[in-house]
Amino acid sequence: MAKSNFFKQLKKDRIPYCAFLVLVFLYCFVIFADFFAVNPSNYANRKLAYQPPSNIYIINENNKLTRPYTYNYIKTFNKDTLSIEYKQDRSKKYKIKFFNKGYEYKFLGFIKCNIHLISKPPECNLFLLGADINGHDVYSRLFFGGQISLTIGFLALLISFPIGALYGGISGYLGGRIDKILMRLAEAIMSIPSFYLLIILASILPSNMTSKQRFALITVILAAIGWAGFSRVIRGMVLSIKNQEYIKAIETIGASKKRIILNHILPQTSSYVIIAITLSVPSYILAESGLSFLGLGIQLPDASWGNMLKEAQEFANIVYRPWLLTPGFLIFIAVLSFNVLGDKIRDILDPKMLK
Amino acid sequence: MMTTWAYIIKRILSSIPILLIVSLISFFLIRLSPVDPLAQLKLNPAISQETIEKETKRLGLDKPIIVQYGLWLKNFLSGNMGYCTDNTKVSTKIKGRIFNTLILSLCVIITSWLIAIPLGVLGAVYYNSLFDKILTILSSVGMAIPSFFFAILMLIFAQKTGWFPIGGLTSVDFSQMSFFEKILDLAKHLILPTFVLTTISLSSLTRQMRANLLDVLNSEYVKFAYAKGLSKSKVIIKHALRNAINPIITLLGFEFAGLLSGAALTEYVFQYPGLGKLILEAVMTSDINLVMASLMIGTIMLIIGNLVSDILLKLTDPRVRV
Repeated sequence: MAKSNFFKQLKKDRIPYCAFLVLVFLYCFVIFADFFAVNPSNYANRKLAYQPPSNIYIINENNKLTRPYTYNYIKTFNKDTLSIEYKQDRSKKYKIKFFNKGYEYKFLGFIKCNIHLISKPPECNLFLLGADINGHDVYSRLFFGGQISLTIGFLALLISFPIGALYGGISGYLGGRIDKILMRLAEAIMSIPSFYLLIILASILPSNMTSKQRFALITVILAAIGWAGFSRVIRGMVLSIKNQEYIKAIETIGASKKRIILNHILPQTSSYVIIAITLSVPSYILAESGLSFLGLGIQLPDASWGNMLKEAQEFANIVYRPWLLTPGFLIFIAVLSFNVLGDKIRDILDPKMLK
Repeated sequence: MMTTWAYIIKRILSSIPILLIVSLISFFLIRLSPVDPLAQLKLNPAISQETIEKETKRLGLDKPIIVQYGLWLKNFLSGNMGYCTDNTKVSTKIKGRIFNTLILSLCVIITSWLIAIPLGVLGAVYYNSLFDKILTILSSVGMAIPSFFFAILMLIFAQKTGWFPIGGLTSVDFSQMSFFEKILDLAKHLILPTFVLTTISLSSLTRQMRANLLDVLNSEYVKFAYAKGLSKSKVIIKHALRNAINPIITLLGFEFAGLLSGAALTEYVFQYPGLGKLILEAVMTSDINLVMASLMIGTIMLIIGNLVSDILLKLTDPRVRV
């Protein structure tokens, strides 16, 4: 189907189109994370653990509209309640500027730049969504966390889908005993409760890895679980494709099996593959966040939406520090958008399926 | 024609090789990891040297890995799953957990079916109406909530309102309660986890039901039933629904699989003593015996779940063949 036609159909329905736009925004935030962030990704100020979100004022004491400003917080220990309290230090105002200088970063990874959407004086502790136990800026880390959470699903798909397609293609086309053995194996993997397999695989990773290695291996693990179910569906499709006349024709000219599977059979499954990809990204995002939530996925100091939610395991945190829950809403929005968009893409590419 | 019994036996036999492959995969996966299977036992001063030697012998750690696998399989089949790191028997620990997970899954399956089928039917009957559109949106929302996040939100709810206990399966004074109080107490603890898991499995079930019924409503025999002059409710309940429900029964197996996986995180957040929480704890303390055993039990439960749904399908729809 032509591309322009596809977008026309997508635009017609308002809700899926909104979902599409939301995803575009989310990926923009993630690609230009440093531009949107206030503090660098590894910035941590342990003295300000659990600082509540900074308030921003645009009306000053004299009830007049001014440029936005904020106050720092001071940590005090309340001897009566034996707890740490944060109070605003009203002695000094800090002006907040837009599109101004902040910490230096590499725009798109190679252009040196220091312009940020929101910038603040260096001595101001601006935590728009508060701080976590390590004094990380939750607001900034939402962007950096998104970089991992939103990409890991696609990367895992890049591994699991080719494997699943090839596996299903070989199994379906060759048939006979090979098919039986291959499918029994896939069935076996599918009969292990997937989350159990996920945590076991994640737990046997050695602990002395760099964060990049860990990211790569978590991706591989996510892929290792998803391919089996996919390969079964592909096999089913191949079984019906291989009896079509054009395949018989190619066979009679003497094309090799490899060529038939790769060039003539698998491309026929492409529209299903596109649908399956958009519908499986959410499950990978959810799997990563669950894994990181348990502390088995992405590790500190790296951020991912799942491991930012890890602190919500402590009951005191969710009751007294609700700002720590924001990543959960972002996971929800991302997954919801993918689901809605995936449904629409399925309707467009395959109008016969009414699910 | 094959009788139902022959079908059941054939299905059971065909799941044996699958179980064998699963056990091979998980055994080698766990053994190939750099963790010493007895490290935790050795570190625990409460465990005597004798127990450790017994375990070494039982697992055959001094022999090649194939022999170890054989020994493990033999032990597993005879119900001997070894000891946990805290010196209790794995089998006793797992037994209680299986029961708890089954109760939770059963509650979830019953509630989600009771809600999803009527909703799906209404969605299909009033196709493209406002109700249908709202239903579609709600089901997308339900599918998108991360289970653990939803569970956390429910915990906050429980804490703020005080209507529900916060986590666990029983209250502190459970052992002193009378029988009816005990049941009431269990039910109270089950409500929130059931609610979380139901919301999540509800969405896909509703969609499936709606789609199936839509398919059936478009078929010739339904049109014929209308032409005969039957009322709408009679056509739907007596004729359409029966055929639309069959694919849902197949879903039962999948749903059970999803529950086993999805429940792990929910159980963890609610501190619900189920199999999912057990395997999480086992993984975190690298308790190899417990991990192996609960993985196998989880798989067996999943296969049984699929088997039950296949048998149910066979009973409701005799056309089904293996």
